[in-house]
Amino acid sequence: MENNKPLIVQIRDLYKSYRRGAQIIPVLENITLDIQEGEFLALMGPSGSGKSTLLNLIAGIDGADSGNIKIGGVEITSLSETELAHWRANNVGFIFQFYNLIPVLTAFENVELPLLLTGLSKKERREHVAVALRVVGLSDRIDHYPGQLSGGQQQRVAIARAVVTDPTILVADEPTGDLDRVSAREVLDLIGRLNTESGKTIIMVTHDPRAAERAHLIKHLDKGVLHEDTKASL
Amino acid sequence: MKILKLLFKNAFRHKLRTGLTILGMTIAILAFGLLRTVVSAWYAGVEASSANRLVTRNSISLVFSLPISYKEKIRQVDGVKLVSYGNWFGGIYIDEKHFFANFAVEPTSYLELYPEIVLPPDRKDAFLRDRKGAIAGRKLAERFGWKIGDTVTLKGTIFPGNWDFVLRGIYYGRDKSTDETTLLFHWDYLNETMKKTVPRRADQVGFFMIGITNPNLAAEVSVAIDKLFKNSLAETLTETEKSFQLSFISMTEAIVVAIQLVSFVVIIIILAVVANTMAMTTRERMGEYAILKALGFGGGYIAALILGESLVITSIGSVLGVAATFPAAHYFSSALSAFFPVFNVAPGTIYMDIAASFIVGIAAAVIPALRAVNIRIADGLRRIG
Amino acid sequence: MGIPYYYSLRNLWTRRLTTILTASGMALVVFVFASILMLAEGLQKTLVDTGSYDNVIIIRKASKSEVQSGVERGQASVIEVQPEVATGADGQRLLAKELVVLISLPKRGTDKPSNVVIRGTSEASLKLRPQIKIIDGRMPRPGSSEIMAGQSIARRFKGGGIGETLRFGMRDWTVVGIFDAGNTGFSSEIWGDVDQLMQAFRRPVYSSLTFKLREPSEFEEFKTRIESDPRLTVEAKRETQYYREQSEMMAKFLRILGMSLTVIFSLGAVIGAMITMYAAVANRVSEIGTLRALGFQRRSILGAFIMESLFLGLIGGGVGLFFASFMQLITISTMNFQTFSELAFSFTLTFGIVYRALLFSLFMGLVGGVLPAVRASRMNIVDALRAG
Repeated sequence: MENNKPLIVQIRDLYKSYRRGAQIIPVLENITLDIQEGEFLALMGPSGSGKSTLLNLIAGIDGADSGNIKIGGVEITSLSETELAHWRANNVGFIFQFYNLIPVLTAFENVELPLLLTGLSKKERREHVAVALRVVGLSDRIDHYPGQLSGGQQQRVAIARAVVTDPTILVADEPTGDLDRVSAREVLDLIGRLNTESGKTIIMVTHDPRAAERAHLIKHLDKGVLHEDTKASL
Repeated sequence: MKILKLLFKNAFRHKLRTGLTILGMTIAILAFGLLRTVVSAWYAGVEASSANRLVTRNSISLVFSLPISYKEKIRQVDGVKLVSYGNWFGGIYIDEKHFFANFAVEPTSYLELYPEIVLPPDRKDAFLRDRKGAIAGRKLAERFGWKIGDTVTLKGTIFPGNWDFVLRGIYYGRDKSTDETTLLFHWDYLNETMKKTVPRRADQVGFFMIGITNPNLAAEVSVAIDKLFKNSLAETLTETEKSFQLSFISMTEAIVVAIQLVSFVVIIIILAVVANTMAMTTRERMGEYAILKALGFGGGYIAALILGESLVITSIGSVLGVAATFPAAHYFSSALSAFFPVFNVAPGTIYMDIAASFIVGIAAAVIPALRAVNIRIADGLRRIG
Repeated sequence: MGIPYYYSLRNLWTRRLTTILTASGMALVVFVFASILMLAEGLQKTLVDTGSYDNVIIIRKASKSEVQSGVERGQASVIEVQPEVATGADGQRLLAKELVVLISLPKRGTDKPSNVVIRGTSEASLKLRPQIKIIDGRMPRPGSSEIMAGQSIARRFKGGGIGETLRFGMRDWTVVGIFDAGNTGFSSEIWGDVDQLMQAFRRPVYSSLTFKLREPSEFEEFKTRIESDPRLTVEAKRETQYYREQSEMMAKFLRILGMSLTVIFSLGAVIGAMITMYAAVANRVSEIGTLRALGFQRRSILGAFIMESLFLGLIGGGVGLFFASFMQLITISTMNFQTFSELAFSFTLTFGIVYRALLFSLFMGLVGGVLPAVRASRMNIVDALRAG
């Protein structure tokens, strides 16, 4: 990997805590992190280490107590809620552990969903969806509902939904956590290809070492503190 | 007692949903109770009628009158104790919105025939002495704020002109079913005026009220009276006060039937609401029922849990609804006194409320309970996973 | 752009049982709502259609209805010669001096008596009411004990059918004709010769006078003059106005009953919708979180759930109206409180009622859905996603 690629994510002095009753529990303390464009970063750590919280902050669905996050030149920590939603629609692709497809929508409609927030025409949307489903290898399943698909297929639909808007970053929270080994490998292959072939910037939270080894860069979070980089060199 | 506690706990696991369902049930029982009360108010006149009284009127219809001379002939019929008479006056106070019933009657015999009309003795004397005097029911007087000594002016619709009466007494009903919204005045006053203005309409009465010695004689006395005037210019129709009142109601039967039907519609509406609540609740708890089954509890226990929970919800709602019915009926009683002179919640209505809440409670839970009883343990457990 | 409408529709379809139960509650409310409006409409239409704008009816001052009214012969002849009275093709004045009384007749089947209007008519009576057509038999001959009955009387009352006889006033009266008066109050009347009936009932006075105006615009002037004439104690009304007033009390009763029932019942149905929508929100928390994460705004979530609830209301409204439309087949006959006479009228569905019923069902859906939808839109994204 070259080191002179532009920084797509710049995190400075990030601080986040939760309140439980009268107690204030720090989750993230003083996080500073840079991620280059085209990077594939795995965030690892035990439960409660704050890795998902960090991912949520980067994805703009949670707010920090203090510190800054700049993504693609946009200071998202200073955006209003409405602006943030708008920003997510254009810049973030989500991949969840439980796929989070909308059960009453077909594969096609699920993938089309984020495009409804863009100004694309119906015809353009149809083309984009077709491409995305072809990338994940599910062109023959466009009219199936999530309930009619296997877990691996559902996750691939979810990946198609994540990339269909061509977002700035892809965030994945335990994308293989609910899959059997074969499906997990397929999904990881797909995510890997998105990174290598399409140059997507990917930030993945996982506690599965097999998933983490696909990443170029692994960072460990423990009790809210970010530890030394580990280069994926296996 | 333990199971009841469990039922309550289960019912209130979803506080918002249960609260809303109970509120719906309360409203439905309230509506049902009020509608049944409207129906019984419709029959209030029948309720208030006495088996000792007969009504004689022109056989053609109520709008035709009978000559006053019939009175003596009727009095001579065996079994007749007392004869009174009067006219539906149909006067309007201010305008039609202020409608109430008003009659011209022969006061001495009328009050004797109607012991349920209670007047203090001095008031009664004052009324009997004043030819232009009138008495009004308690509710009527309250409605318009009349006080004794006030002059009440009625505009005649059947008998032309403006008629002034001096309020000499305010009566109250001996029984709950007594109509306290009518105004009564001297028939003589009406008759003397008619003699002067429209002589052909003088000495005519709308109805004779007849007191009989023994209620068992009602049929024979009626036949005997009508026979007296057969083939005369004004044939009569005599019947008991009760059937006279019923004949009025039968003419508006369509409305009574509609209200009765509608009162059941509200129960069906709430049935749908409670059934929906129970269906949602049991669907969410299928896993728990599977665990109970796995632990060895029988289907009957699970069915009892669901039926019991449903009954807890409908019972609470119905208790609140019944409690709200009385103040609501009291409010309607004053608001609707022009339509319904008597508006009391009958004990039968309460029984029907209770029955309705049981039926809804059980009917709503039957299908969910069957589903829960028939669930296969493995399927139910998978739902949790 | 918001969340597509089919998202809301398909969710309703997915939980069919709950949707059916909730919508059927609303359907019943809309059914009752529409039925009562249809009833009031039918009543009003019947009585308004009964009168015609060009006709004037004269009754004794303050008597409110023909049955209570009485117009002396002398007064009648004064009115008869007024210049405003139109003249027919044959040179006869288009004015009918009529007698209107109630007689009590037993119904077919139940034998229960009810009050029926019997109208003593003259030659002009029929000319003044062109909506009346003889459909069976013939007109009664003047000066005879013959009568004709309106269709709804012939059908529902003993002795009202053609060839049958009614006994009153110490005479037998033969029904020689049946007339159809459409949806008007005349369908619930019996007509006979006015002089014969006045004799039989020993009524020396007319009940009312009805005439056609020479010029419809002359009414106000006529009314003012006739009501201030010292020889007369009468009032004049346009026939349309007269019949509208006859139905006022009944229509008011129906309106009060209808409104209170609808309000109370709709509370029940709205609560049902609210329970359903709260459950819908609770079951889809992670879906809501996902949609928000994808970039849908709070107001889109609000919109989607309100849309779902509106659809629910619309389904209820549609079903309720569908069943209410069958009520048009039913004719209600009841006593008009104001005139004490029997009146038959049908449930009448109009476009206005359809419109109001649908609007009402949407309103129920909106009220039931708004709080749950607000709850859905207020959710925190991270918490919602975690609920999955």
